[in-house]
Amino acid sequence: MAAPKKGRSASAQSKPWRSLALILIAIVALTGGMFASGNTTPRLGIDLAGGTSITLRAVPERGQESAINKTNMNTAVNIMERRVNGLGVSEAEVQTQGDDNIIVNIPKGTNSKQAREQVGTTAKLYFRPVIATELSAGAATASPSPSTSASPSGKATTGSGDKATSGDKATSGDKATSGSASPSGTATQQGRAVTDALKADATPSGGATGSAKSSSTPKASGSPSPSGSAGNDATAKLQAQYAALDCSKESVRATAGKGALPTEPTVACGKNNAGVWQKYVLDKAAVDGTDVKKGQAVFDTQGAAGWIVQLDFTGSGGKKFADVTGKLAQNQSPQNQFAIVLDGEVVSDPQVTTAITGGNAQISGSFDQQSAQNLANMLSYGALPLTFKEDSVTTVTAALGGDQLHAGLIAGAIGLALVVVYLLVFYRGLSLIAIPSLLVSAVLAYVIMSLLGPAIGFALNLPAVCGAIVAIGITADSFIVFFERIRDEIREGRTLRPAVERAWPRARRTILVSDFVSFLAAAVLFIVTVGKVQGFAFTLGLTTLLDVVVVFLFTKPLMTILARRKFYANGHKLSGLDPKALGAKPPLRRTRRPARPVDTKEA
Amino acid sequence: MSKIGSLGARLHRGEVGYDFVKNRKIWYGISILITITAILGLAVRGLNMGIEFQGGAVFTTPKHMSTSVSQAETYAVEASGHDAIVQKLGDGSLRIQIAGIDTGKSDEIKDTLSKDLKVNAEQINADLVGPSWGKQIANKAWEGLAIFMVLVVIYLAIAFEWRMALAALVALIHDITITTGIYALVGFEVTPGTVIGLLTILGYSLYDTVVVFDSLKEQTKDITKQTRWTYSDIANLSINGTLMRSINTTVVALLPVAGLLFIGGGVLGAGMLNDISLSLFVGLAAGAYSSIFIATPLVADLKEREPQMKALRKRVLAKRAQAEAQGEPVADRAGASFDEETADAAPAVVGPREQGASRSRGRGRPSGKRR
Repeated sequence: MAAPKKGRSASAQSKPWRSLALILIAIVALTGGMFASGNTTPRLGIDLAGGTSITLRAVPERGQESAINKTNMNTAVNIMERRVNGLGVSEAEVQTQGDDNIIVNIPKGTNSKQAREQVGTTAKLYFRPVIATELSAGAATASPSPSTSASPSGKATTGSGDKATSGDKATSGDKATSGSASPSGTATQQGRAVTDALKADATPSGGATGSAKSSSTPKASGSPSPSGSAGNDATAKLQAQYAALDCSKESVRATAGKGALPTEPTVACGKNNAGVWQKYVLDKAAVDGTDVKKGQAVFDTQGAAGWIVQLDFTGSGGKKFADVTGKLAQNQSPQNQFAIVLDGEVVSDPQVTTAITGGNAQISGSFDQQSAQNLANMLSYGALPLTFKEDSVTTVTAALGGDQLHAGLIAGAIGLALVVVYLLVFYRGLSLIAIPSLLVSAVLAYVIMSLLGPAIGFALNLPAVCGAIVAIGITADSFIVFFERIRDEIREGRTLRPAVERAWPRARRTILVSDFVSFLAAAVLFIVTVGKVQGFAFTLGLTTLLDVVVVFLFTKPLMTILARRKFYANGHKLSGLDPKALGAKPPLRRTRRPARPVDTKEA
Repeated sequence: MSKIGSLGARLHRGEVGYDFVKNRKIWYGISILITITAILGLAVRGLNMGIEFQGGAVFTTPKHMSTSVSQAETYAVEASGHDAIVQKLGDGSLRIQIAGIDTGKSDEIKDTLSKDLKVNAEQINADLVGPSWGKQIANKAWEGLAIFMVLVVIYLAIAFEWRMALAALVALIHDITITTGIYALVGFEVTPGTVIGLLTILGYSLYDTVVVFDSLKEQTKDITKQTRWTYSDIANLSINGTLMRSINTTVVALLPVAGLLFIGGGVLGAGMLNDISLSLFVGLAAGAYSSIFIATPLVADLKEREPQMKALRKRVLAKRAQAEAQGEPVADRAGASFDEETADAAPAVVGPREQGASRSRGRGRPSGKRR
């Protein structure tokens, strides 16, 4: 009993205006903030505004279940954000949800199909030796392309034995090149050179299986003829692709080299240091992105090289890298370059001067801090062991979204109207308190939702609208608890003002306890669940909190103030507090004592 | 209103009232019957899981389609090679559901469909769901449910006591079972929207229960210091005293949901609004029922097992017998109750009451008069 009593004396009875002023100031401030920030409407979710929403789930690879953690998810989000924004989509948003989900929301007006393809694929990072490259704009600028195969073939004789045993695929490629070395020597035209180089490379992909079984020379020499012809088709295709490739066009870039297997040569685009698009023909991947342990941007203080990117390879990655650089170092430009290809785009094409052993490498060039950091991130991200699966894709046209929003608003209006009518009929004059309280709640909810849009990326979706409508009931419920309490006190024979002050502490406790339970439900749902359920839980939790605020700072002070009014205090018929209509006892306990003598009468 | 108002007053004073606790066995029986039916329904008929839980696609065409349902069905079957369900919605748009297709394949189907139906592919709303997505939503929902139950039981055990926590939990499980049972029996489609609605019932069902418990806790504060009422009597009073409130809040909660249901079901035809509001509607009704008929009587049952309460009951019964022997009109529980109501906030009044029968006899009198 102590607590309510204390609460009673400390409650807002004496200064109800202060609470009212407080909440009005809060409303004005929030509304002002809303207009100042320019977000006068809540941000709408995909299902109301139209657009595509993709839910991706990380699929753990065998033995790497622990890879699905917060850091990796966040990096994946970064990659996807880059990819989607690379499509020129504005306001696309990518966010994690739950432990292993990523939600990608793409507003209407975007090619949803392309966006899906972009987002759904895992980040693929490869180190591919460069076969040919040239500026994309010029058609036939003879980029230096000395016969590709000459030097590797020489190397193949020296290194084939031990390299074959190491199981490196690149080795078998070199070995096979020796067969096709002669034609490339005559190649003067750039296109030809490419063809030959590619032919050489295409061959081993067939022959690699043969040499893996046994690295005997007869087999290697036997395989070129069949696979060589097969390779010719692919090569011709690739060459045509390369010739047609115009990297300065974004649409072309988006599709260039897409879907190329790491075991196949491919074409790709990339920006060179001067910021000009360059096109490449690239060999099959020599080192995988997963072979990179970490990339780091470092400022080189000693060598005065400026910003460099440091690479740490895994054990096997270091070995592979040492192999490939060892070979590349003996080539001439551009075939001493390898391209770092992220999602089909060349992000860097460093030259190799010596074989790099020891499991780490540095990429130097004209980096500034930003670009070095970017490359380092990409190298780290590309090593991400997460694969994503499309769990759900929802495409909503703007028309349907508008309809749904409309329907939701109408439903809300109907619900609100029904509640108001019910309150009017049942609580009469008291609804003058209940209805403004509901309105204050509604205004606060609206303003806060509008502000939360830019602040935390809150988007109002259909379930959230449902949550808000359902919350009308919860909010009205608090008033009912309070009013019924007051009526109970009046039935006890109290006059209104003491009745209000007595009813409040009890009603307050009930409201707090039940709102807490409601909020707990919303909070648990918000934390645990995913997708649509979360939006619903969010509005439910928000409105429950607002309910407490409004009841404490608005409803109760307003009640206190109005209780002083004659209309209410005298229990006017329409006030909803008419003691007679409520069946109150004759006022106050005092008057019940005279009933005592009845004792004797009965006795 | 005066009629309702005075009904409220009479309920408040306990002049009228239904003895919920005394008749609890009936209600337990009814609830057990409903629950068994629900479980049987679940076991035999199973839930009609929506596309979201099987994996598949839902396409919604623009409004005012001239294509007939059966024709669209043929198109859909041709395009997908799977069974398709086609509905015509209120606004003339077609809702085509195709189960068991891959998210990757759906694009082709969408294109084919758009050609067949002669609408722009970009105009078709598509909802493609992988088979694991619905499962994931459901799993997360179960997880949330479990966590919530544990937390709320802990909270209620602290705020009230473990018996009330247990009773609230039983009521909660009761509500959820009934709601899912109704879904199984009627064959409503279960979608993520349904799950959302069901999860909201959690909060609501308990909200109601908590209000009754709050009043019960308040009124039984000094219960051992008097010998007029047993715990069950007071529990019954609490229910009756908060009955008006329970009815009001349930009605007020149901009104917006009814609005949603009307718009979602009647105007939009199908979809998220409809699914959420339907399960909410069923669940809210079950929740109101259970907090009155199940949760509180259950608390009374559990409480009466406590030695203290047993002793109290003995004392109360003894006194009633004594009173009867003396030819005193037995202060019937309902009639006398309002005294407790006035006294509950004032321990000083309860204090003297323990002094003896004569005192309380006197205080019981006004009720006799009122009758």
